[in-house]
Amino acid sequence: MRMLLSLLVWFALWEAVGQAKFSSIVPPFSAVIEAMVEIAPTDKFRAAAVISLRNYGLGMGLGLAVGIPLGIAMARVKSVGRILGMWVNIFVSAPISALVPILMAVLGIGETTVVVTVFLFAVFVIILDTQVGITHADRSLVEMARSFGANRRQLYTKVLLLSALPEILAGVRLGAIRGVKGVVIGQLLVAIIGVGELFELYSNHFLMEEFWALVVIVFLFAFAVSEAIAALERRVEYYAASR
Amino acid sequence: MIVEVKSVSKTYDNGVEALRDVNLAFPQGQLTTLLGPSGCGKTTLLKIIAGLIPRNAGEVRVKGKVVDGPGPERAFVFQDFALLPWADVLRNVAFGLELRGVARPEREEVARRYIAEVGLGGFEHRYPAQLSGGMRQRVGLARALTVDADIILMDEPFSSVDEQTRRKFQEDLLDLLRHHRKTVIFVTHSIEEAAYLSDQIALLSPRPGTVSRMVKPDVDRRKTADEIRRDRGYLDTVDEIWHILRRYV
Repeated sequence: MRMLLSLLVWFALWEAVGQAKFSSIVPPFSAVIEAMVEIAPTDKFRAAAVISLRNYGLGMGLGLAVGIPLGIAMARVKSVGRILGMWVNIFVSAPISALVPILMAVLGIGETTVVVTVFLFAVFVIILDTQVGITHADRSLVEMARSFGANRRQLYTKVLLLSALPEILAGVRLGAIRGVKGVVIGQLLVAIIGVGELFELYSNHFLMEEFWALVVIVFLFAFAVSEAIAALERRVEYYAASR
Repeated sequence: MIVEVKSVSKTYDNGVEALRDVNLAFPQGQLTTLLGPSGCGKTTLLKIIAGLIPRNAGEVRVKGKVVDGPGPERAFVFQDFALLPWADVLRNVAFGLELRGVARPEREEVARRYIAEVGLGGFEHRYPAQLSGGMRQRVGLARALTVDADIILMDEPFSSVDEQTRRKFQEDLLDLLRHHRKTVIFVTHSIEEAAYLSDQIALLSPRPGTVSRMVKPDVDRRKTADEIRRDRGYLDTVDEIWHILRRYV
């Protein structure tokens, strides 16, 4: 309710600034909404959305498939943690955007570059949080499982992963948000596919209503993804708090 | 003798010598307490018997066989309960059977029986965070009973339980373990607890831990709990142990 109110205040402010015509860069919010309704059913937007979602999905899938196992390995195998720890810490804070031009040179100007960009944006925080979760998993639960005869697989599936789930989910949520940045930045720099192409098109032709409409759509998408994972986190919170 | 500990020594990686040449024998169906001040290696010894930590020298035999890891004939009750916070009481109690691959209806039936036995009937679907310390440890005890091990290893099971709960729990524990004819190895630092519960008490001296004396409390077990606590033999045992242990503290 409070969030809705704060949104309304901002939208009203935006509308006022737009109507006052300070700058053609800021159209009124109502015009942006109109543009949103206008572009959403177009084939061009649909095609861009499909490509962007595909790039995002593939990059995130790769990020999860690599990030979680690697985080576990770093927590459980001392040498792996020592070798990779420094690099993961560097890359988690490094401006990955700077690497995109290099990726373009290596992987070509296409979807592969965007997928890899999403992957790089998302994977390091997933690795890091998984590692933290597994490292801090309750030692005595591990001992308990061993004393009752748990084998290696059971130790992971029935104790370690569940014990680390709150941290892993936090990492996945942060990774998913970074992934949205990755898909937009990747496509902007590649500039001929997906949402990035539309951004280029709108800004080059000074279609500010459409441009802002696209910004709002991307924001909404990122927010929805983050909220969906946060809802999952709240479901495991009841036991995370009692550890 | 169902469990035999022969010349067991343990030095940790950081150079701390926890145990030196410990020899002990545990008769079947009896409750033996490992008693001593903190730092005497009693928990280390219990975990070596459980197969949870490796020994440096000597051997542990359970039913004549040398053990090098956990086994189905031993079940552990943990000081900090070690309950899965995401699982309800029923699943926690059935967890040992779940790990052994027992089918769900079957293991839950067994678990329900022991949940009732430890006095937690009706709490099957509560989560550990919703239970008091005493109730959590009853879950830990039920879990150990569910796997039907002959030997129950208990690591200061009542130390995180408040005093009033502890007395009731001790009485219940004695009834349960006698009823099921379990062999129990029990670690505590409470002299009263040891004298009240034990058939025999191994007194450990600290740094490095070694068995300094064996005491058999002269307590008539047919008496009620309150009678025992005023019993001459019980009080003498407490006194005797205190005179030995005061040298170490």
